[in-house]
Amino acid sequence: MNASDEFSALWLSVQLAAITTVLLILIATPLAWWLSGTRSRARPVIEATVALPIVLPPTVLGFYLLVLLGPYGAIGRWWVELTGDTLSFSFTGLVIASCVYSLPFAVQPLQHAFEALGRREIEAARTLGATPLDAFFSVAVPQSARGFLNAIVLSFAHTLGEFGVVLMVGGNIPGETRTISIAIYDRVESLDYTAAHTLSATLLVFAFAAMLAMYLVNYRGRRNA
Amino acid sequence: MFTHIVRSLRLAVTWWSLGLFLVPVTSAGAELRVAAASNFGAALAELAADFESRTGHRLRVSLASTGKLYAQVVNGAPFDVLLAADAERPELLERSGTGVPGTRFTYAVGALVLWSRDPSLAGGDCREALSATAIGHIALANPETAPYGAAARDYLRRAGLWTDVEARLVYGENIAQTLQFVASGNARAGFIAAAQALDPRLPGATCRWEVPAELHEPLEQQALLLQHAEDEPAAAEFLAYLRADAARDIIARHGYLLPAR
Repeated sequence: MNASDEFSALWLSVQLAAITTVLLILIATPLAWWLSGTRSRARPVIEATVALPIVLPPTVLGFYLLVLLGPYGAIGRWWVELTGDTLSFSFTGLVIASCVYSLPFAVQPLQHAFEALGRREIEAARTLGATPLDAFFSVAVPQSARGFLNAIVLSFAHTLGEFGVVLMVGGNIPGETRTISIAIYDRVESLDYTAAHTLSATLLVFAFAAMLAMYLVNYRGRRNA
Repeated sequence: MFTHIVRSLRLAVTWWSLGLFLVPVTSAGAELRVAAASNFGAALAELAADFESRTGHRLRVSLASTGKLYAQVVNGAPFDVLLAADAERPELLERSGTGVPGTRFTYAVGALVLWSRDPSLAGGDCREALSATAIGHIALANPETAPYGAAARDYLRRAGLWTDVEARLVYGENIAQTLQFVASGNARAGFIAAAQALDPRLPGATCRWEVPAELHEPLEQQALLLQHAEDEPAAAEFLAYLRADAARDIIARHGYLLPAR
């Protein structure tokens, strides 16, 4: 593996993490908002489902995704008819897998942020004539900025570090599904420890920087509050 | 208070170690740790059962790609015997002193099979899936780490098909995952070990084609006694068993060619 392969693996992971994070914020925001306010009996069931990827081994997710996304699976069959290609072994498939895998890392910080909000300001905005959407964006979102930051950093970092699921549904295709964690694994297996060190150290420094930034912001926020 | 806690902990540890000591006492023979290439799994399960019933020893088998096993052995994994999928890595281990010199031999010669369950390939020999105009993914094991993957790449290059299929290739982490890709239908066709193609649990194949042995580097699978087991007679016994007729019959039945004696 030469330097350009390593860069391409890193860049692929960054793209995957960025796209997954954007999609997850779009999915998780309404879900977390609903969860934070609902008294529905379905709430614990939904919460448990969202939390599953934290406790399930990636191999379980990877195995089910491989079965579901394959041409004989429920989603895969439909996708093959639509596009002529399988979802497994594709970047799109990895995006879907990553959204499942990192869902709790987006939903939980947002839900906690929304739960900590006073509902009174929102009700005040509503009585002043704001639509629910308006009230949400002008009152709830700015007050939950830290929750959003946490959700973004955690989803991004968690997706960047994804390994087991990608190994099982990715197929290790350079530039398409060979992410940085797979590239590191390959290097270790072929005893190319120099390249493995370079890639691993890059990931380590990035992960530490992301976590540090998040905790610094959280700490400042708490001190100012 | 503190003394009380420590005393209970010691009691717990004592019972636990008693449990550890009881295991070797109750089992008659030795316990061997065998690291084997993924493709040999099914054959080894049968060999292990036969060997255990003959000798009373017990085998603990770890399956992985040869590349991974090599890295584990080099880094001090406590295996007694290595059954690799190639000759290169056992040779490296023998030369570096990680294996016992003079114990290396070929226990099986692998055959490579192109396999598919895709209905559109039914009736043919699967090679249709390799043509420049064909669609669908072709699975092979990672050529950098898995010998069957290297043999598949060898064949594709020698047959002049590499550039036609390169963009459609997907790489299994080892030969077992490669089989999983093609058996689940996620890949349209794939290069697997002949031994795997015999597995009765597989869905029915719509086509299979044995890649002629002269079209790739020979898949000599070699065994090696590891330094860890130098003074373990049961390990040498197992290696001797692998060369005996009883074992050779089982190995041949699982789709391997046998090395000349």
